[in-house]
Amino acid sequence: MSDTIKDTKTIKPGGVDTLDPEKIKKELLSRYPAKVARKRSNQIMVNKKDDTGKTPVMGANVRTVPGIITQRGCSYAGCKGVILGPTRDIVNITHGPIGCGFYSWLTRRNQTRTASDADDNYMPYCFSTDMQDEDIVFGGEKKLKAAVQEAYDIFKPKAISIFSTCPVGLIGDDVHAVASEMKEKLGINVFGFSCEGYKGVSQSAGHHIANNGIFKNVVGKDDSIKEADYKINLLGEYNIGGDGFEIDRILDDCGISVVSTYSGNSTYDQFANSHTADLNTVMCHRSINYVADMMEIKYGIPWIKINFIGGNSTAKSLRKIAEYFGEEALIQRVEAVIEAEMPEVERVRLAVKKRCEGKVAMIFVGGSRAHHYQDLFNEIGMRTISAGYEFAHRDDYEGRRVIPDIKIDADSRNIEELKIEKDDDKYRARKTDAEIAALKAKGFEFKDYKGMSIDMENDALLIDDISQYETEQLLKLYKPDLYCAGIKEKYAIQKSGIPMKQLHSYDSGGPYAGFKGAVNFYKEIDRLVNSKVWDYLEAPWQTNPELSAKYGWE
Amino acid sequence: MLLRHTNKEIKPRKALTVNPAKTCQPIGAMYASLGIHNCLPHSHGSQGCCAYHRSALTRHFREPVMAATSSFTEGSSVFGGQANLVQAINTIFTTYEPDIIAVHTTCLSETIGDDVNQIAIKAVKDGKVPEGKHVIHASTPSYVGSHVTGFSNMTKAMAMYFSKSTGTPNGKFNIIPGYVEPSDMAEIKRLVKGMGITPILFPDTSNVLNGPMTGKYNMYPDGGVTAEELTATGDSIGTIALGATASADAARALDTRWKVPCQVQDLPIGLGATDRFIDALRKAAGVSVPDSITGERGQLLDIITDMHQYFYGKKVALAGDPDHLIPLVEFLLSIDMMPVHIVTGTPGKNFEKRIREMTDHLPYPVNVKAGGDLFQLHQWIKNEPVDLLMANTYGKYMAKDDDIPFVRMGFPILDRVGHSYFPTVCYKGGIRLLEKILDALLDRLDRDAPEESFELVL
Repeated sequence: MSDTIKDTKTIKPGGVDTLDPEKIKKELLSRYPAKVARKRSNQIMVNKKDDTGKTPVMGANVRTVPGIITQRGCSYAGCKGVILGPTRDIVNITHGPIGCGFYSWLTRRNQTRTASDADDNYMPYCFSTDMQDEDIVFGGEKKLKAAVQEAYDIFKPKAISIFSTCPVGLIGDDVHAVASEMKEKLGINVFGFSCEGYKGVSQSAGHHIANNGIFKNVVGKDDSIKEADYKINLLGEYNIGGDGFEIDRILDDCGISVVSTYSGNSTYDQFANSHTADLNTVMCHRSINYVADMMEIKYGIPWIKINFIGGNSTAKSLRKIAEYFGEEALIQRVEAVIEAEMPEVERVRLAVKKRCEGKVAMIFVGGSRAHHYQDLFNEIGMRTISAGYEFAHRDDYEGRRVIPDIKIDADSRNIEELKIEKDDDKYRARKTDAEIAALKAKGFEFKDYKGMSIDMENDALLIDDISQYETEQLLKLYKPDLYCAGIKEKYAIQKSGIPMKQLHSYDSGGPYAGFKGAVNFYKEIDRLVNSKVWDYLEAPWQTNPELSAKYGWE
Repeated sequence: MLLRHTNKEIKPRKALTVNPAKTCQPIGAMYASLGIHNCLPHSHGSQGCCAYHRSALTRHFREPVMAATSSFTEGSSVFGGQANLVQAINTIFTTYEPDIIAVHTTCLSETIGDDVNQIAIKAVKDGKVPEGKHVIHASTPSYVGSHVTGFSNMTKAMAMYFSKSTGTPNGKFNIIPGYVEPSDMAEIKRLVKGMGITPILFPDTSNVLNGPMTGKYNMYPDGGVTAEELTATGDSIGTIALGATASADAARALDTRWKVPCQVQDLPIGLGATDRFIDALRKAAGVSVPDSITGERGQLLDIITDMHQYFYGKKVALAGDPDHLIPLVEFLLSIDMMPVHIVTGTPGKNFEKRIREMTDHLPYPVNVKAGGDLFQLHQWIKNEPVDLLMANTYGKYMAKDDDIPFVRMGFPILDRVGHSYFPTVCYKGGIRLLEKILDALLDRLDRDAPEESFELVL
């Protein structure tokens, strides 16, 4: 594990094409015990796109082998940390020992902005029942009830939610019973999530549990219709580093009104009212597609996949939204916004492209970002030669058309699938069948996501749930110019002399979404891949250790 | 306001913790394990625990923090984690090739009652542990104590697993540094060596979590206490444990098992505690203190006397770990500052007792709480404002809202660098602490000074 990675700067652009990806795959598997190698071989695929757009079957959303140093976290992290963390006015109580609440406290860079100090904002707070051994032995329901009461007495929030950690499920605390009892007693909405860390195989299970909980307990509680021409929900956008603010700015310029964002810069009331929107736009397919599907069935809101990462992608997504509403005024306004914004994006893009063209990147994050960020790299001429998700499913690689073929296993079976039916009172078809058919005939895609693999080069290496060992081998074999992953991977990569960009939390940067975000990202990548700071790795006496016969002043 | 819901009115809380001043045991165990050479920490629980601990440690040190996990699923939570751990041991030794795997438990594996000792024995029997390699373990339930307790448990476990007595003293001295920075561990070693004593310092994260940028990544850096050194702790002439919460258990265990005489000292933070540490070391090892160390002491004292007017009477609020806060409060008192609100999240009666003993004679009331939280500290501050706040990075939300000069101290520090390179222990560390305190106080003085009394020379 101590192999040297040298001469990273001497690898010529395109040099990676001389490497045989099948051989590299073998190399990545060679060190593992046989059983582990067999499992991992289903999650490392050399990309091959056939004429019908089919890509290799990826063994995604399966268990990580114990002992593998994985990027993955747990169900609690996906539920409390990712989906509900960015909502500012719900008191989120972690029911469990102190650690889970502590680690998910302000660590994800979700920004939020209130109109004034009079508005509730609990995001800088961490609430926990801090379970002790007597709670484990005798049960923690009493303490949880008391904690909910105390939270109400002190903070008077409009809603309280409860997040279960591993021991809660094991000792049989019924958080949902406590929630409904306290809801009755306090007269505010109180709801629980059974997001124990051991559920599922990654954060992904927690996303699903969070989607279900919000849908069941909050969505549909406020039927008031917002006065606006074009009302959408922005799903799967978490306002990391201010991404959501930039998207809101652009949509606002276009005259498109956001009823709710799931869940960057969000509030309880937005969720409660979100079923009144006329279109659901999905950014992060993995974490939020459940809510999109459920809202469509119950309330009749169609959903489309969009992507605001990249200048062109942003323009394309705006046009798609405008096309959906189909009104000339909107279409023209969107074009005007794109026309006003793109010159600056193009100016920076072309300047940066000169310095980045031909460089190669690798991206191993999330459930959508490994895909979305390739657009930005493409725009500045950089290739993504290897990528993979941390917690995605097959459809995120291969597209939604494979959903019927996905096998339900012991781990996915444990995650509840809500049975959703049409709400006869609140269901409202947003488009007539004829309108939908007309849009489809023009190539407009509803409810579709084609996945990442189809957008990548043939022979690119797709690696699901990459391990630390595989990461190190990739760096050694490919010597990429940039590696993108998360905080746990960051410093091992940089110690290898390769710049690293966090694409979960963006390090300290952002926003990277929208037009201004694209400009920020181009500049950031320029800084990373062209900086001189990586040239100082060796001291003068290391590059030239021989003693010279001459003195310096001779 | 960031913490806009925090007000003066203190309502009783029995069940709800708000803004904790501690975290859970396993992260302390993971940190301690990183201080063993060629060791991979292993978290026996859900993946999330390992991911969270690695992330928190990585953000604090800005260094690679590697650890593996048993990746519990719902099935293993029902049927027990034996199969997961045995497989993990095999995968780790094959793939990542450490000499030692240090397993700590989590609330999950503790609640279901996994017997890690038995599982480790089974792994050996099954041939999953290669010859000459080791699996050590500590029980670290998250629902008992805090991160400091976990550090203590893993430190004790490494001593108990490896230590042996040959009957022949080796002339070395065991130093258990506690839950401090790599820089602190290096500084303690420097002073001990400076007195002509050969230390076995464990755990030792110096040159592990403050490593250089070389362009070469090594999963197992040069630093860390070695298995041989840990084995030799049973032959040492004595043990000094620094900090009762983090280090005493390991020292006492070595004393009980191998009759290595131990003493428990406060962490050497500030003048008095460092004096006691050096004096205890001198007496226990039978050496004299070199002039260079006495000189460092004099330098610290020089700053204290030179700048006393800026310390005098300044009110301080503090949050941190018990082993840090006890000598830190003593230090602040010794330079005539006024600690008024003191909180640790780590439970334990001794902390409040020690602080009370130090502060009972003071002419002003002192708020102190073990097992408290930052919400409580902030409410105290709202009622009785302070001139300085010392806490980990989470303190900056209080500092910003209430415009309080702020010195980062403790774990975690997520927004500044320096802690892993520059110590806050011993005399040099005392100088750095005072520099930080003065920077915070004098920056505020400069910021707020009217133009007519804005001074060039302070």
